[in-house]
Amino acid sequence: MANMNLYSRGDKLFVYINMALIALFTLSTLYPFIYITAVSFSDGSAASAGTVVYKPVATTISAYKYVLSEPLFWTSYVNTFIYTFGGTFVSLLIIIPGAYALSRPQLIGRRFFNLFVAFTMWFNAGLIPFFLNMRDLGLMDSYFGLIIAFACNAFNIILLRNFFEAIPESFEEAARMDGANEFQVLWKVFIPLSKPAIATIILFCMVARWNGFFWAMIVLKDEQKIPLQVYLRQVIATLKDDEEFGLQVLNFSYSVETVTAAIMVCSIIPVLIFYPFIQKYFNKGIMLGGVKE
Amino acid sequence: MSDQHIPTDGRLVRLYDHFKREWQIYVLLLPMIIWFTVFLYKPMYGLQIAFKDYSIFKGIADSPWIGFEHFQTLFGSDQFMRALRNTFMISMLSLCFGFPMPIILALMFNEITNQVFKRTAQTIVYLPHFISTVIIAGIVITAFSPTAGIVNAVLEWFGIEPIYFLIKPEWFRPIFIGSGIWQEAGFSSIVFLAAIAGVNPSLYESAVVDGASRWQMMWKITLPSILPTIIIMLIIRIGNLLEVGFELIIVLYQPATYETADVINTFIYRQGVQGAQYDMAAAAGLFNAVVAFVLVMTANTISKRYSRTSLW
Repeated sequence: MANMNLYSRGDKLFVYINMALIALFTLSTLYPFIYITAVSFSDGSAASAGTVVYKPVATTISAYKYVLSEPLFWTSYVNTFIYTFGGTFVSLLIIIPGAYALSRPQLIGRRFFNLFVAFTMWFNAGLIPFFLNMRDLGLMDSYFGLIIAFACNAFNIILLRNFFEAIPESFEEAARMDGANEFQVLWKVFIPLSKPAIATIILFCMVARWNGFFWAMIVLKDEQKIPLQVYLRQVIATLKDDEEFGLQVLNFSYSVETVTAAIMVCSIIPVLIFYPFIQKYFNKGIMLGGVKE
Repeated sequence: MSDQHIPTDGRLVRLYDHFKREWQIYVLLLPMIIWFTVFLYKPMYGLQIAFKDYSIFKGIADSPWIGFEHFQTLFGSDQFMRALRNTFMISMLSLCFGFPMPIILALMFNEITNQVFKRTAQTIVYLPHFISTVIIAGIVITAFSPTAGIVNAVLEWFGIEPIYFLIKPEWFRPIFIGSGIWQEAGFSSIVFLAAIAGVNPSLYESAVVDGASRWQMMWKITLPSILPTIIIMLIIRIGNLLEVGFELIIVLYQPATYETADVINTFIYRQGVQGAQYDMAAAAGLFNAVVAFVLVMTANTISKRYSRTSLW
């Protein structure tokens, strides 16, 4: 800012207008969150009448009381944690060793295996054959099925393989001298050196699991196994044609709008808690993703 | 099998020695190969039902072949042709409106000298990327609701009659594309910001000496310097043209808006998963995959030729 005085008058104007526009964009990004939070803390009838703008109207926590007293909300919340952490763990078990093997120059058929993985980025069988395959494998309606079927993808493997390949050979030489085998080299040399890349993959896996709803919706029939997003989707479906629900709760201090908003806020909170920790990996992750095969 | 039985001449010996020495690598490779075979290549075998009269009881292999009948039905069906048109329209519109936004944002962020302001703004605009599609849909439905929504409240304030946006076909695309920009524009700007960070600072220094204004430097130095990145990102976008965010559409659309909202993937979902017309839906999926494959390959060839950087 010290050289601000060096700017010409036109430059100053440019800087201010630019800052104002960015501030505007930032506010419009933030606004829906503020709006949803305000709705969730508002009185049901006020929210249904559309009087909420940016702060709660007739503040009440009755929507949260209703949500938190729903057993299915808690079940689905716990399920989401199972899918997120379990799924990410299984993903790492497949991705890290696979990426390591692909990065080894002595691997016979290395070109073939790389193509085997990369080809799936360009061509995939699509929704229906994948769905039928899961059914034929007996993976429908199970925690394990949903976790294993989406454990891996070519992008994450190539990202990590590139990172492994860029590690200079000198790092593993000392370990080899001590007679370390491949498992030990991977565990003691490559994994510690690849923390940023692995953190990025953990980030991608966790975000995908936390937010995913489509396949969970298709694969899971048992309500006790659904994740939060599928539960939220069911509530939203009632919001879309809310006649019935609306009449049902007419006399309460919450409405279908405030209840939905409350679930959404509850679902965003963990993301907000983790957000500061994952932020530093954004740039790295994106740049790693941009590296060509 | 003992060592003596192995032929002592040539390749087999070397291969045997190799596996004896390096077996661990193959153990590490195996889970991944099995996963890809079972979950990505086996469904490709299942794709044959696109050319069959598939019955669950007969299974994939034993269902009778019927050639291109499903494809003929699809291309003669109004619904599929509509989905095809909508897919194309929605992706073209999001390309036109969604693609320039992150570039503009990155250029603007680059001009901010106040680091605290810059970091705060960036933290906020990256956030929606991490929010679930269902929540985005929930926000949209609440905000655009005819009675409860803020949008109609504002319209009413200006004396405009409330509009039931989500059942109006003409409003579906603007809402869908707008929410896409809201969610992704900030996060997508990271790539361009990284490219801007790589611009040689001496270019700016000499421009300052020549008395260039910041506006001029943005246009004459920054933008041309990140042009290769812009072109690559554009090519990637064109390669993925058929990938419309159909999860958001599934939550947002309803029969009243199918006219403008139904895309290939939502069509496949309805026909296949909901309607159990697996063979026909698989045919639609195969068509989608083949077109996508051609687009990606073309994009890569073009990228190779013009920027000498292939995408993979």
